[in-house]
Amino acid sequence: MRTDQLIEILSTNSGPADRRQLTRGIGLAVALGAGAALCIALLALGVRPDLAAPGALGFLLLKLAFTAGIVVLAARLLTRVSRPGGASGGRVLTALLPFAGLLALAALSLASAPSAHWDRMVVGHMWLECLVSIPIIAVVPFAILVWAVRRFAAPTDLVRTGALVGLVAGGISAMGYALHCVDDSVPFVALWYGGTIASCTLVGAMLGPRLLRW
Amino acid sequence: MIASEGDLRGLMRAALDGDKAAYRTLLDRLSQHLRAYYRGKLARIGRSQTEAEDLVQDALLAIHTRQHTYDTDEPFTPWVQAIARYKLIDHLRRNRLSMADVPIEDAGDFEARDDHTGSESAHDLDRLLAGLPEKMRRAIRFVKLDGLSVAEAAQRCGMSESAIKVSVHRGIKAMATAISQGKGR
Repeated sequence: MRTDQLIEILSTNSGPADRRQLTRGIGLAVALGAGAALCIALLALGVRPDLAAPGALGFLLLKLAFTAGIVVLAARLLTRVSRPGGASGGRVLTALLPFAGLLALAALSLASAPSAHWDRMVVGHMWLECLVSIPIIAVVPFAILVWAVRRFAAPTDLVRTGALVGLVAGGISAMGYALHCVDDSVPFVALWYGGTIASCTLVGAMLGPRLLRW
Repeated sequence: MIASEGDLRGLMRAALDGDKAAYRTLLDRLSQHLRAYYRGKLARIGRSQTEAEDLVQDALLAIHTRQHTYDTDEPFTPWVQAIARYKLIDHLRRNRLSMADVPIEDAGDFEARDDHTGSESAHDLDRLLAGLPEKMRRAIRFVKLDGLSVAEAAQRCGMSESAIKVSVHRGIKAMATAISQGKGR
């Protein structure tokens, strides 16, 4: 085929482009993924039974603020990084801000508590459940986001884009899990939430080059 | 390439607003940049010019099907270059060639040269068309290759004008997919 034939075909086929398609597609995927994660968390695990206990609601809100912060920040980055050439520069590193904030809070909270309590504050009761649930719940939002990126975007840095997809999915999943989680200490959230979300990010970065090719 | 950033960006914006003439000019100019870029890269590893032309067409199709991913607030050249580079790496990987021999980041190669004549790829248009459903194939043949108007093609196919447009549109998407999967050679 001659290139001028192709140009002829393409240019007579063109029309106004929908420029907001990418942002809308990723926004839709985040919303769908959040809905799915919420349903899974509520059906499989249920809301924490001690919601009326003193301090419980405050901690639930803290967990939601941390995870929602990650989701919003990472999803915004994803709409830039998943465009051709959009991954250049150190912009991606701003996704680390919520982690840094939470780690600082965790250090403060440990410093103000007697060291005999540290063990319980860090390990909590249900660390294993947290460690298993967040990555499992993350599978569904991850799949929806991969679909959206393949359909609406055109990433040229598949490792970074995959990492952000994993980060958004991990954050969404942790939001859902937070409704069930009864471990109320900042160091616990920093270690187990932060750690599992970070591992989702790592898995995303590893799968990106396979799943996001276009 | 840097010198024409303003022009190309203006053309792209007009094209995104639906200006077909601007879009055509844009693709024409981009194809020259892309040709120089790919020929330069592939010549260094002793690959053929036909192969470079395959890549030019791959990149043009990618630009066409993913045009909505260009953010008009950002410079245009890096967007095109990222697509060109991505398609080159993808091509090399697909053909198990080493990237080590190709200096990918050499932006100086991305210059236009007027070596347009005889630029034919190994993509076989007939074979690509043959892979399409009957309706799409006829629509593309009448409108794009035989130069009929949409109304004339509609009459000949016994379809409505909007059905012809939809068929052409879907057919081009299907051809883009076939090309990026390495069929039609």
